Amino acid sequence: MNVHDKYKPLTWWEKTYLPAIISGVLLTFGHFRRNMVNHIKKAIGMKPKVSGAVTFQYPEVRRPFWPRLRTLHRLVRREDGSPRCVGCMMCETVCPAHCIYIVAEERPENQIEKQPRIFDIDLGKCIFCGYCVEACPEDAIRMDTGIVEISAYTRNDMMIRRDQLLSLEPKKEYYTERPDLEGKPVL
Amino acid sequence: MPTITIDGKELTVEKGKTIIQAADEAGIDIPRYCYHPGLSIVGQCRICLVEVEKMPKLQVACYTPVMDGMVVHTQSERARKGRKDVLEFLLVNHPIDCPVCDQAGECFLQDYYMKFGLYDSKMLEDKNKKSKAVPIGKHIVLDSERCILCTRCIRFCDEVSKTNELGIFHRGDHAELLPYPGKTVDNPYSVNVVDICPVGALTEKDFRFRTRVWYLDETNSVCTGCSTGCNIEVHTNKKREYKNEGRRVTRLKPRFNKDVNEYWICDEGRYSFTYVDAADRLGVVMKRVKGELQESTWAEVMPEVLTALQSAKENNKRIAVLGSPKMTNEDLFALKKFASQTLGVSQMPVTVLPKEKPFSDDFLIREDKNPNTKGAGYLGYDTDHKATRKLLDDCASGGVELLIIFHHDLEAGFETELVKSALSGAKTVVFVGSNANTTSARATYILPSCTYVEKEGTFTNFAGRVQKINRAIEPLGDSLPEWTIIRNLSRKIGKALAYFEAEDVFKDLTKNTAAFSGMSYSAIGDGGLVAEENGKLKQGDAKAAAQKTETATA
Repeated sequence: MNVHDKYKPLTWWEKTYLPAIISGVLLTFGHFRRNMVNHIKKAIGMKPKVSGAVTFQYPEVRRPFWPRLRTLHRLVRREDGSPRCVGCMMCETVCPAHCIYIVAEERPENQIEKQPRIFDIDLGKCIFCGYCVEACPEDAIRMDTGIVEISAYTRNDMMIRRDQLLSLEPKKEYYTERPDLEGKPVL
Repeated sequence: MPTITIDGKELTVEKGKTIIQAADEAGIDIPRYCYHPGLSIVGQCRICLVEVEKMPKLQVACYTPVMDGMVVHTQSERARKGRKDVLEFLLVNHPIDCPVCDQAGECFLQDYYMKFGLYDSKMLEDKNKKSKAVPIGKHIVLDSERCILCTRCIRFCDEVSKTNELGIFHRGDHAELLPYPGKTVDNPYSVNVVDICPVGALTEKDFRFRTRVWYLDETNSVCTGCSTGCNIEVHTNKKREYKNEGRRVTRLKPRFNKDVNEYWICDEGRYSFTYVDAADRLGVVMKRVKGELQESTWAEVMPEVLTALQSAKENNKRIAVLGSPKMTNEDLFALKKFASQTLGVSQMPVTVLPKEKPFSDDFLIREDKNPNTKGAGYLGYDTDHKATRKLLDDCASGGVELLIIFHHDLEAGFETELVKSALSGAKTVVFVGSNANTTSARATYILPSCTYVEKEGTFTNFAGRVQKINRAIEPLGDSLPEWTIIRNLSRKIGKALAYFEAEDVFKDLTKNTAAFSGMSYSAIGDGGLVAEENGKLKQGDAKAAAQKTETATA
């Protein structure tokens, strides 16, 4: 079938664009009326069947993240502050976007011999698939910082370095506990 | 000769061979840790268990000699179960620190676990702690925890390098591989123990944590450290170049060739690649302007060199060429052809012997530290050191107008005074080479050439074996293979050489040089062919060459 066949030529009535404009205005007005009625109902203590549309006042108010949401990476530290990462380069190997750059070095005087000297993530390339977290045998990289606003003026600034990654903390308060799933099997 | 059956395959094997050797010949893979074809057999690790019919217990394939009518099953349920249990036993005290272990990716423990281990560990006890990351030599680091006591390294030190440095100390699960008190593993072949270590117990200091092995590309090549011409694999990391930090060759590994180096390579050869990206590497064309060497381009320098050549020729002044045994057969042939046809140079020395006699032994390390002296001899170069001295004397007395030098650091072999007067005696000195030295510092023009990992070609080793090198990395900067530089010169002056690839040069070479007749790149293959001065390939080799050519064309 020719793909163009599904586009029927417009009739003269449709060519005026009036039916489309009228139906659009009606739709908008319908939403406006329902939201107004529902919000007023809620304000005076009635429980409407359908809740009114809600707008979060971002960035003052943040929408809670689902617990499994993958946000900016961080490197986990040991108790003495050194990176838990041993530079095994599993994440670098598995990364489908090739955005992780690791150069390992000797870790002197320690039972664990290896650590990353360079651990850069090119956030301009990263697709936030989370394979690095899955692949890590040391649980050294996680994606729970709650940071989603990632921007820079240059490509170079999109690189996040080892020490920056190590300084990030998990942000539990940004995540919800998923009350809707309490007691229910997680699908 | 006994006939045996392995996995339903009937084989006739030489008497006295063991099952694993018979299986290797037939291409049947039996796992092994302690067995190495280059070493004696000890039957230490027990991973090569196979089921032999009519024998009540599983047998170790590496230590059981073949007998007529033997029926061996390598993949039966019992054999697999036996190996799995052996593997579990070997891993009882293994730290499983694969993430930090350099062997990961080429580790036999990993391979065999994935092949027939796949069990859940039953170990509840604490694992034995042993010493980790102990340097036991200039190039080697020992991790006793990872060791499975296969004794390959011990046998290597006893049988191949014959230096007896390593032994197993203590008993039971405290047994530990260590060098004898007061000894370090510093023999000239020491790093081979890293290659033969089936696990990550012995690792190389130079390679340590540099990259992971699965990022590496392998290219077959030949070591240029001396005239033995050991077969090697050049490992390069082209996928993650940021790890290299300016060093494009990651490591060299020996490649099996039963006629040259078997499984081994000396440490000197193993680390001989460092000049490829050394600080003195020449990557830019240079010319002398007002007494100072300045960076230039091929487009600027080539016409100037040509003018110098032409004026010398027209004025009937002498042009002299000093070749180098570091060049491939192709380079030397192209140079010879160009120099004799166009420049009228007939005598071309190549050899500069170092002042001090370098270390050599009767195994792999040879006194001649050049890969292609023999080839230069076959191609009609004068390989006598005295010929070079005569050339320099001629230069010093002002008899030479233009001198072309390839690679050589003349001060390594001659008195500084002679070199100085020789190089200042010639009006123009053209230096073609890959690395800067005292000679290049005094040259008028410097033309950068490729190193052996950046070009294709062949080397002829001390025994006349012609072996092929392949390009592993891209040439640095402006550098070109020597034959290309010569070809480019020949296009403007005299008779142009119609070469487009190294193979074209080699084809011309085989037609015109008796020693190489009948050879081709496909016939040389990975093993090499022996050239004979009388122009006949050795009988076995000739047959093999013909066969190889046939299969290649088919």
